[in-house]
Amino acid sequence: MANQFDVIVLGGGPAGYVAAIRAAQLGLATALVEKEKLGGVCVNIGCIPTKALLHSAYIAKLLREAKEFGIEAGAVKTDYGVAMQRSRRVSDQNSKGVEFLMKKNKVTVVKGTGVLQPGKKVKVGSDGYEARKAVIIATGSRVKGLPQIGLEINKTTVISSDEALFLEQAPASLAVIGAGAVGMEFADIFHAFGTKVTLIEVLPRILPLEDAEASDALTKSYKKRGIEVLAGAKVTKANVGKDRVALDVEANGAKQKLEAAVVLMAAGRAVNTESIGLKEAGVQLNDRGFIKVDRDLQTTTPGYYAIGDVAGPPMLAHKGFREGVVVAEQLAGLKPHAIKYDNVPSVTYCHPEVASIGLTEDQCKERKLDYVVGKFPFSANGRARGTGETEGFVKIIRDKKYGEILGAHIVGSPASELIHELAVARENEYTVEEVELAIHAHPTMSEAVAEAALDSLGRVIHM
Amino acid sequence: MATTVFMEALSPTMEEGRLVKWHKREGDAVKVGDTLAEVETDKAIMDLQARADGMLRQVSVAEGQTVPVGKEIAVIVAPGETVGAAPVAPAPAATTGSGKRETLKDSLTVAGNVATAPAPPPVAVAAIPAPTTADAAPIKASPLARRIAKEAGVDLKRLTGSGPGGRVIRRDLEGVAVGREAAPVAVPAPAATFPVSRVPSPERTGAPYEDVPLTQIRKTIAKRLAASLGPVPHYFLTTEVDMERAAEAREALNRELGDEGRISFNDIVVKAAALALTRHRACNAWFQDDHIRYWNEVHVGVAVAVEDGLITPVIRHADRKSLREIGLETHDLAQRARNRRLRPEEYTGSTFSVSNLGMFDIDQFTAVINPPEAAILAVGSVAQKPVVADGAILARRRMRLTLSCDHRVIDGATGAVFLKTLKQMLENPLAMLL
Repeated sequence: MANQFDVIVLGGGPAGYVAAIRAAQLGLATALVEKEKLGGVCVNIGCIPTKALLHSAYIAKLLREAKEFGIEAGAVKTDYGVAMQRSRRVSDQNSKGVEFLMKKNKVTVVKGTGVLQPGKKVKVGSDGYEARKAVIIATGSRVKGLPQIGLEINKTTVISSDEALFLEQAPASLAVIGAGAVGMEFADIFHAFGTKVTLIEVLPRILPLEDAEASDALTKSYKKRGIEVLAGAKVTKANVGKDRVALDVEANGAKQKLEAAVVLMAAGRAVNTESIGLKEAGVQLNDRGFIKVDRDLQTTTPGYYAIGDVAGPPMLAHKGFREGVVVAEQLAGLKPHAIKYDNVPSVTYCHPEVASIGLTEDQCKERKLDYVVGKFPFSANGRARGTGETEGFVKIIRDKKYGEILGAHIVGSPASELIHELAVARENEYTVEEVELAIHAHPTMSEAVAEAALDSLGRVIHM
Repeated sequence: MATTVFMEALSPTMEEGRLVKWHKREGDAVKVGDTLAEVETDKAIMDLQARADGMLRQVSVAEGQTVPVGKEIAVIVAPGETVGAAPVAPAPAATTGSGKRETLKDSLTVAGNVATAPAPPPVAVAAIPAPTTADAAPIKASPLARRIAKEAGVDLKRLTGSGPGGRVIRRDLEGVAVGREAAPVAVPAPAATFPVSRVPSPERTGAPYEDVPLTQIRKTIAKRLAASLGPVPHYFLTTEVDMERAAEAREALNRELGDEGRISFNDIVVKAAALALTRHRACNAWFQDDHIRYWNEVHVGVAVAVEDGLITPVIRHADRKSLREIGLETHDLAQRARNRRLRPEEYTGSTFSVSNLGMFDIDQFTAVINPPEAAILAVGSVAQKPVVADGAILARRRMRLTLSCDHRVIDGATGAVFLKTLKQMLENPLAMLL
């Protein structure tokens, strides 16, 4: 039968395409079904284009501060449309890159919407496909609005990141609802392009999943820059007009009204589990709406696996990557290293960046762990002074007795890159002493990591 | 790029494998698909194949050694590649080296003896420490595990690591904190898989018994049977079948077949059971934790005694096969089972099983269900017995069948009805043609 494969992957996002590549590398005949462009949300309307826009925002910031560095660039003019076009080219390059990888690894790409059927079969349009070994579900997630308070996404005045990424110009004013990674990043981008930004978060602090000190640092940084930050704030009413939205916001018992040209919904995502034939294939969901999987990521129907966002949080591309690799290797008869979900780093790419791994200090308290905190600010780091990027710190929480790194939190311009030293350390069970023993080049911002480790041992040098 | 050769899971339930024989030696050129070695899994002896072209290096497992699935056992390097390749000259021989060290030595000697092997390319000598005693052998453990072990007074050498490459990690030390209160016990634990074994080791000479390590197949049998009688609520139904007509039919058929293979009573029972199952799907089912899978296809597992245990090769679609096909297939599968040459797909996926001890003159017995199947049929011997019929005592050939049922799937009456159909078919073999 021509349409028989060892493995059929449903969804060409990060989890799906990586599963397909790894399966093909291991000699399995693999097909990947994707209805849109390869690369999924990440490549096309997520991670990748936002990073391009954030860099535009960063350049604007550098130019505005250039005078102090002896460079005069005149009045800085920004054009969101041009930045947006560049971000599209970057996305397209990456999507083509995934296409190339599919060809290189001889993965058959089937264009269309795949629907699961019993017996490890997938239907795409009128064509049937059959998997000898397994079907991998990697259909991902999408943005969702908050219709319950009248904020249904209308794509003009109430938008999601899907629309924000295609705007021709930055709006005059913007209310961002939700101060997780997405909300923080768009607040940063649009502020740099001259938009008056208000950031609204219902939980008591912005970046609610990060360490409280990271939230504080970002609150200060944003407020200093002129971004209005309303935490612990609930939108009680929304009046959506043709070219403006009026919001009633209740924060700390006080009510206030605010108006914005555009509202960006950056709270929550919905998983794509509808109309893909889950029921027909006997694949069940858990009580949180994700596909129910066991430790091997197998669903309730043998031979059907789920990876990436549909398989549960954290909804991060790199978590999906790893799940894709692990499932593919299992199917090829290997015994992959089990995923340690508490070792998935989380990064917000706003300026300054926020990156973390492991437990927050509050979580250590809740668990009544005996811990010691080591912290080193970039303001005491020579390299950071040189570049003028002295905002932020490295914070390491270690177990008091054995020195295990319980959690690490970095705020600073290179946080997304620096966190991996601590990811390697945690994955390999290095203690703070091994981190400190590794010689760090001088002058680098990485020195702050070693100094924070030293600080937790009471031996900090440069402070 | 070098490709690591791992001990692969060559059967669905394999957790470790014994390297029976290397087909390729250190320094041999290998191509994708070449058989590198024979590996004894929990079920059979399987071929481990090369997944890359190149030269076999760093063979770290000796023949006869058992290693867990996922363990690195060799490396295939591209021609001319030097990184990480094994040293060309044997390292100074260790007088009291550890097992691992001798393995390396052995493989090096072997490489030197193979005249046809291509000359190894010049390589950088890998940094393999040459310990002079077993105690000096490097211990693979994470820094965190080392600290916890030191604190708890646990000897890391006694632990089996679950991290990459057998590295001892924190998880392997869980539970040690409890043991810390008790005095640390230094136990020679040859195959300790749990941190601190507190089983005392009586160091006597004239031992009253001999401990024989479990072979792979015995381990699997133990696991499967315990898994069965533990959580599977068995009950048993026995009936006696008059085999007079079946025996006559069998003799007639075998006369017809002559030397072209003979039909056994077991073949007839398998065929009849398969047909009866098509009428009683309730007995052709798998218990699956949160659901029952009723099979529409009938795949009958036939228990075969092998030297070291038993295995159940599967007659697929037994309901659709002729007696002769069943007979030939069973013969072939049993033969290969005894030689341990079954492929995994040949002993997995049965929907119902038959176990026959008739050839040992066992009159009647109960068989243990092979999960997730819901039933197994135990077949006794066919023997002449006095039977009362129409007020007269007659000698008839009779056979006892005992059906073990998983009560979670099959209720008493359901099992009984199936058994009755089976009995009718065997007592009137022509009914099988209907």
